Amino acid sequence: MIPVAVSVNGRHYREEVEPRLLLSDFLRHGLGLTGTHVGCEHGVCGACTVRLDGVAVRSCLLLAVQAQGCEIVTVEGLAGVGELTPLQEAFRRHHALQCGFCTPGILIAAEDLLARVERPTRAEIVDMLSGQLCRCTGYTAIVDAIAEVARS
Amino acid sequence: MKPAPFEYTRPATVDEALAALARDDAKVLAGGQSLVPALNMRLLRPAVLVDVNRIAGLDRVETAGDTVVLGALVRQADPRVQSHPVLGAVLPHVGHTVTRNRGTICGSLAHADPAAELPVALVAAGGSVVAASASGRREIAADDLFAGPFTTTLATGELIVESTWPTPGEDERFAFEELSVRGGDYALCIAAARVRGEEVRVVVGGVTPVPTVLEVDPDRPGDSAAEQVDPWGSIHATPAYLRQLVRVLVHRAVGRAREGAP
Repeated sequence: MIPVAVSVNGRHYREEVEPRLLLSDFLRHGLGLTGTHVGCEHGVCGACTVRLDGVAVRSCLLLAVQAQGCEIVTVEGLAGVGELTPLQEAFRRHHALQCGFCTPGILIAAEDLLARVERPTRAEIVDMLSGQLCRCTGYTAIVDAIAEVARS
Repeated sequence: MKPAPFEYTRPATVDEALAALARDDAKVLAGGQSLVPALNMRLLRPAVLVDVNRIAGLDRVETAGDTVVLGALVRQADPRVQSHPVLGAVLPHVGHTVTRNRGTICGSLAHADPAAELPVALVAAGGSVVAASASGRREIAADDLFAGPFTTTLATGELIVESTWPTPGEDERFAFEELSVRGGDYALCIAAARVRGEEVRVVVGGVTPVPTVLEVDPDRPGDSAAEQVDPWGSIHATPAYLRQLVRVLVHRAVGRAREGAP
């Protein structure tokens, strides 16, 4: 077992983990933060996307021990209790989710794009979404929601 | 879908990493965007993972004359490399925005996926890597690095510490084409072209076991390229379809490089 100290959504945790424990499982089962979803576990679906030291990453492709000393933000940490971020508001307005399984990962990945590209084009948004699978076929509304925030 | 147990070590220096790698059941963990899926699926069961992510200085980007040297930890999304004519054209095709945040350029070279873009790009650029081991360092030209699908000429215990990317000259133009089933997927077929005056250099990937330089007829580059490959096909594409892709993508890449050529 290896000690790991991380900050998740501003709260500090110290745990002991097996080296093979994935960050996604550490967040969900170790810390009870089940907003991070686990789909494919090989980096394709994007449901497990979290922010690690300011950058969106697949938490199923990181070991929990690799997060030692890092700051993580999960979907639970995007907005305060009872609040929504502008992007979350836009998702609600545009009905950009149905079952919601893909939504936490898409929110983190979209925030990453918006932080990096000042005004992403629709094509850039679609390209980013190629790494975030939604099986309710809600992409049009998802693109609309992200594009609205990109414009504002 | 959970990795089998392994030992984990997080060296602080390259020398410590090389000492840890001097056994044939150790694997380097850099970006992990190919390695960790393989661990999760238990396609790989290394005894030791050597996590190089905390080694200071390995993320350096140095421009030396007409080449750019990238340390082992330079990520595919690194803004410092996007203006390079070859890397800037190729990197948007490598995985997805989120996997590029983590995946490294040198790691993709070491992984040597036959359908990956960066190995083709390194061969097209005429680049090289520096491999370090406990017994020393050596430079390996791109043409000598790739030995087969997922196989390089790196020896046990060697770590790619940097890759070198020559910048095409003022009188040269580079173009890159690929077709994949979905955006961000590995390619069915990749074609890279470098044009300087009448000279045409074409490299293809995805349809060959390793990135392959083709001597094409400048008057009919696509057709002459298609005559030289023998794709094996997959559930996604028949050999005849892949040969047609070579014809079309080489034709397009050479055409685009010529359009941009001074």
